[in-house]
Amino acid sequence: MNAIEVNGLGKKYRLGQQEQKQETFTGSLWQALQAPLRNFQRIRNLSSFERQAESVFWALRDVSFTVQPGQVLGIIGHNGAGKSTLLKILSQITEPSEGEVILRGRVASLLEVGTGFHPELSGRDNVYMNGTILGMTKKEIDQKFDEIVDFSGVERHIDTPVKFYSSGMKVRRGFAVAAHLEPEILIVDEVLAVGDIGFQRKCLGKMRDVSGSGKTILFVSHQMAAIQSLCSRALLLHNGHVIKDDTVSNTIRAYLAEFESEESGFLHPGVVRQGSGDVQISGFELSDSAGAMIPATPSGSTVDLVFKLTSNAESSFEGLDIGFSVHSTEDDALLTILYSSYSGTVFSMTGNTATVRCRLLSLPLPEGRYLIKAQLMYRNEVLDFPVRGVGYLDVTGGDFYGTGVLPTRLTRTKPQFLISGQWTANQA
Amino acid sequence: MSAPAIILRRKKGWIGVNWGELVRYKDLLWFLTIRSIKAKYAQSVLGVSWAIIQPLFSTLVYTVVFGNLARIDSNGVPYFLFSLVALVPWTFFSNTLTESANSLVTNANLVTKVYFPRLVLPLSSVFSKGIDFLIGFILLVVVLAGYRQMPGLSLILLPWLLLVLLMTSLGTGMLLSALAVQYRDVKYGLVFLVQLLMYAAPVVYPTTNVPDSYQTMYALNPMVGVIEGFRSIFLHTMPFPFFWVGLGSGVSILLFLGGLFFFRKMERLFADVA
Repeated sequence: MNAIEVNGLGKKYRLGQQEQKQETFTGSLWQALQAPLRNFQRIRNLSSFERQAESVFWALRDVSFTVQPGQVLGIIGHNGAGKSTLLKILSQITEPSEGEVILRGRVASLLEVGTGFHPELSGRDNVYMNGTILGMTKKEIDQKFDEIVDFSGVERHIDTPVKFYSSGMKVRRGFAVAAHLEPEILIVDEVLAVGDIGFQRKCLGKMRDVSGSGKTILFVSHQMAAIQSLCSRALLLHNGHVIKDDTVSNTIRAYLAEFESEESGFLHPGVVRQGSGDVQISGFELSDSAGAMIPATPSGSTVDLVFKLTSNAESSFEGLDIGFSVHSTEDDALLTILYSSYSGTVFSMTGNTATVRCRLLSLPLPEGRYLIKAQLMYRNEVLDFPVRGVGYLDVTGGDFYGTGVLPTRLTRTKPQFLISGQWTANQA
Repeated sequence: MSAPAIILRRKKGWIGVNWGELVRYKDLLWFLTIRSIKAKYAQSVLGVSWAIIQPLFSTLVYTVVFGNLARIDSNGVPYFLFSLVALVPWTFFSNTLTESANSLVTNANLVTKVYFPRLVLPLSSVFSKGIDFLIGFILLVVVLAGYRQMPGLSLILLPWLLLVLLMTSLGTGMLLSALAVQYRDVKYGLVFLVQLLMYAAPVVYPTTNVPDSYQTMYALNPMVGVIEGFRSIFLHTMPFPFFWVGLGSGVSILLFLGGLFFFRKMERLFADVA
């Protein structure tokens, strides 16, 4: 018996329609008078689909999959792929437009941390409030109250109104309640995105315990590290369809490949360049260590920056020096720079084309998009410098520390770069 | 698997009430009620006394305006008592109506984030206002004792009146709350509606002031039977108005069932349009 069966699931929404514009004063006046009637028709149509079929938007379509009891299924996809809609249907918040879902077992869903918290009430009252909203009875909460308070680690403030809590405290309290639900099927949306590192690790550990005890978990996240460490299998959603249903690593690979690369726009013939132009940088791409082209790469990975060079001159070039710099996309700030000559490497070029690779080990950049600029030097003269840059380096959240903890979720402001170290301690 | 399978698919037409599920969520109902009471009186100096002040203040104002200045007939009892007896059930009705009509919109963050039987929301408004009603009722008893007014034997019919009052408030509340999710006009219009309804019920004047030929139509408003019933029990203004209360009971049952089924029918859309 499957714990979850989803057959041909679909969900449609209506798209908003644009207001009509009037040219004349009388026209606008007439329109204003008619507004209530038009509003009524518009609002009534929020829930009906009979007319104007062209403004219907399918958030999910033809989604089918099954989940075995005890399986941990990850759901990934870009924003707007339909992940949240799927979770909302599975948690019975909204009903499907077509298809059906069969759930075997008690379902608890955690789409938000601390649902139902009231700022004026004490931490204690809110534990009960939040717990009952998630489907627990008072008796169950009574039994687990100490455990919940202990897990949240804010026992001193249990009788303080929640409005005086810091946001971190609220999150801890909220997750603590949810962690002690005892459902057979647990549905979790991106809730680990908040809280500090210690608490995040605690949450991941708790979820691992839950899955270890034979509970079925559906887990949505943008953190590939968390998905990878928790799930055995993953679905990739794209525009409301399941386009991949495979092992976690295969699905994540497909997800990364979905990132559209925009580098072609940087190096087309008309782009502004400095330098003599005898040799030009004609292409830039990322590849993995096996040499396959990839659109994006996770933090901590090994990645090759590949530069393609094209020569327009007859002569050959001895001692070519190529360098690239990494810039923030927001303010163009220089993050780092590396020329091949720094490590004593120069290249020679005799034919018309050449490919130069630079392998980066354990990529120390947090999740985000970075601008790569590159410059070609020959005998201390600039041969080629595309002014806007050569392309983007897209970095996804990756397991930089090898622990499943994502760097970008640890601090409120994103760190510029990542380091890892070996920690030791001596007892005196 | 201990729990039975849940099948989710698009529902059509009228949907019955899942009573078993409602019972399972009784603790949520309890805590929502507690929440709204505690939250309302948190950081307020007078606290629960506000539940007394509200009907008392209106009674004083009406006594001065309608009793002393406009000299409206009060069936031979002091106007203060006449309007207080009406205002205790009326305050419950109008507060429940307002609160339950807004209950889904104010709790939209819950409705769009977690599943629970949505009926819990209007129900909890009724319960939390029920506490206010109880406090108001105790005030009424104290005032009546002060005036040495003893209730008649018809006191045993009070639970009937309370039931009609409850069904009317809840029925209208459910109807309006389901509408309010989609049409925010309900929220703005409600202020006028409550005011209008008050003058359409015998709160500040006696039903005997309404022309005889219109009285049956007038009594289709269930609050007419409730208020005149209260007055008959506590102030002996007239024999117990069985006909009006009976008529009101019928209408209140229709309102309750209509509200309930409309709510259930609209429920599946709440999360999408809230």
